[in-house]
Amino acid sequence: MTGASEIRQPLLTVEHLTMRFGGLLAVDDLSFATYPREITAIIGPNGAGKTTVFNCLTGFYKPTAGRLAMHVNDEILPLERIDGFKIARQAGVARTFQNLRLFAGMTVLENLIVAQHNLLMSASAFSLAGILGMPRYRSAERAAVERARHWLDKIGLTERADATAGTLPYGAQRRLEIARALCTGPTLLCLDEPAAGLNPRESGELNEFLLSVRAEQGIAILLIEHDMSVVMGVSDHVIVLDYGRKIADATPAEVRADPEVIRAYLGEDQNETLPCAIVMDSGTRRTQC
Amino acid sequence: MTTAASGFVSGNPGQPAFDWAAQVKDAALAGLIATLLALPLMGLQTYDIGGGALGIRTHFNWVAIAAAAVFAGRLALHLAQRFGRGRHRHRETLFTRLATWDSRWALPITAAGIIIAVALPFLPFSSRYLVDLGTTVLIYVMLGWGLNVVVGLAGLLDLGYVAFYAVGAYTFALLARDLGFSFWQALPFSGLVAASFGVILGFPVLRLRGDYLAIVTLGFGEIIRIVLLNWSPVTGGPNGISDIPRPSFLGLPFARSAPEGVTTFHQFFGLEFSPDQRVVFIYFVILALALLTNLFTLRLRRLPIGRAWEALREDEVACRALGINPTNVKLSAFGIGAMLGGFAGCFFATRQGFISPESFTFIESATILAIVVLGGMGSQLGIVLAAILLVTLPELGRAFAEFRMLLFGAAMVAIMVWRPRGLLAHREPSLRLVPRSRRHPLP
Repeated sequence: MTGASEIRQPLLTVEHLTMRFGGLLAVDDLSFATYPREITAIIGPNGAGKTTVFNCLTGFYKPTAGRLAMHVNDEILPLERIDGFKIARQAGVARTFQNLRLFAGMTVLENLIVAQHNLLMSASAFSLAGILGMPRYRSAERAAVERARHWLDKIGLTERADATAGTLPYGAQRRLEIARALCTGPTLLCLDEPAAGLNPRESGELNEFLLSVRAEQGIAILLIEHDMSVVMGVSDHVIVLDYGRKIADATPAEVRADPEVIRAYLGEDQNETLPCAIVMDSGTRRTQC
Repeated sequence: MTTAASGFVSGNPGQPAFDWAAQVKDAALAGLIATLLALPLMGLQTYDIGGGALGIRTHFNWVAIAAAAVFAGRLALHLAQRFGRGRHRHRETLFTRLATWDSRWALPITAAGIIIAVALPFLPFSSRYLVDLGTTVLIYVMLGWGLNVVVGLAGLLDLGYVAFYAVGAYTFALLARDLGFSFWQALPFSGLVAASFGVILGFPVLRLRGDYLAIVTLGFGEIIRIVLLNWSPVTGGPNGISDIPRPSFLGLPFARSAPEGVTTFHQFFGLEFSPDQRVVFIYFVILALALLTNLFTLRLRRLPIGRAWEALREDEVACRALGINPTNVKLSAFGIGAMLGGFAGCFFATRQGFISPESFTFIESATILAIVVLGGMGSQLGIVLAAILLVTLPELGRAFAEFRMLLFGAAMVAIMVWRPRGLLAHREPSLRLVPRSRRHPLP
């Protein structure tokens, strides 16, 4: 992406990440790096430890060992030592969830406004200025609504802005969750299976959306995905996990030809390249082309 | 019991014809069950025949009346369901409109409610009893609005809310007894002390949700009551604290005669002294406090803190991922809810003039929670309706003596059958992209 001549400063470096749940080694000595404005995909069979990596990155798990460092403005923030809820604000890491976690009883717009909580909370002087209806808070709220409207336009939900989030169709809820994460103003966006449950047309739209977000906001994206049309379509590099270990870390084309990746996905003695689209749902390994 | 329960479900709206035979059979079955139940309950009565022995009187005519009443009632219910559907739908729309804050209905009703509340003491049929009842209703409205912050908005089930009510009341009582504080001086302290108790309760329960939280808060409520009961040197134990000062009007006390140098209310305004003046004044104090509580909580709901409470109710994990500190959000909900309870407690103490732990039992917590749930979680107007209902129903039931609680229970069951999500179950968004007025232009 950037000039090959200069040495690129990574955005996120993961070094020797290990996560153990009792006797189960979910992530085993994983190291990788992502760079600014880069889209990185983490793939692997079910139970490979992909979501565990996300949960370590966003502070839901404390890793057994290893370092997770975000490079923000020449400063290195150790994610494993920051309180979970501070990661979004301090390190600029936002995430979505494999099973949607919208505020289902609140409206679409409110979901996007809650994402800007910290900004609005300081503008409202911890509610004091807000209670008095000071102009400073009013203008901050207007700006927050404008930011929300920007993302609503992008995901095509402006018409449904005042509808209850839980009543939206599934695909729209997925898009809303991504927009909500973007409203926190992240530098790294972690998407856990954003294309799960989307039809081919919708996952095509998702590709375009992710590429345009990267182009406009200049943010890096880390995504877990089973839908190979998304993985191969947007990612700059692909990390393949199997039983918690990294078995490949290369460009999409190289990963498709990697014999060890093919072995992990299709079993031993497969003498072919990975098909252009592998869809794996709940353990079944089907190939589509 | 089973037939009675299934009867509500088998409304069968699609069925065009009324099946007389089946409905009569169903009603007869209900009558039979009523007979079996009534036989031991109503049909047989023991009485003392002297020498410690018991005789039995039979009242089979009562049993027959009960069975006939159940049969007729059951049949009437079926007929009402079959032929009264048009009216039923109409009532639905009225309630839904009120609930969805349709400006044509809800705004005039709210305005009328406030006007009636202000005018209540001066209406021709008004009496001291009515104003007293209004004061009690308003205390529960205020408590309901306070608890709504914790239960309705933040989704933290609190079964010990009465503890903060008690803390507010005792704070004022102790400040008045030991330091000579007046009601108005003590009011802010009651709120503050109750809020700190709310935060103190909040800390240990930060990780708890749902049932577990309910049990711990229930325990907290009991701890406060038992401490008040046993810490006799300070709280007076079961004897409570009496002679709590009454509120004054801008420093003018309500009394027949005042000590040297103090002008009383009736002297200042040149009125004839009447004990009703104080009752009416107390009514207006709680009306003002309740309206302030309403404004305050409505405002908070539209601020980031209020939206964070609701987001926490919806999904705590997502809140953390968005950078919201769940600890702060929960503690602020507990603290503010407790503060409002403390204000209400302070008012309760000055109104009664005497408090004891007896006033702060679990049944109070249960009543306040019932008001919030019955009103429709999160609905301010619903809480008012529920408070009026829950306070006045037992009063109306006084005529029925021991059947009073039966009436009360039946009314609650009926409400939950008709409106299972509460009287006014509708959530108004805290902000809109398209203002409602622009979307639905008034005709």
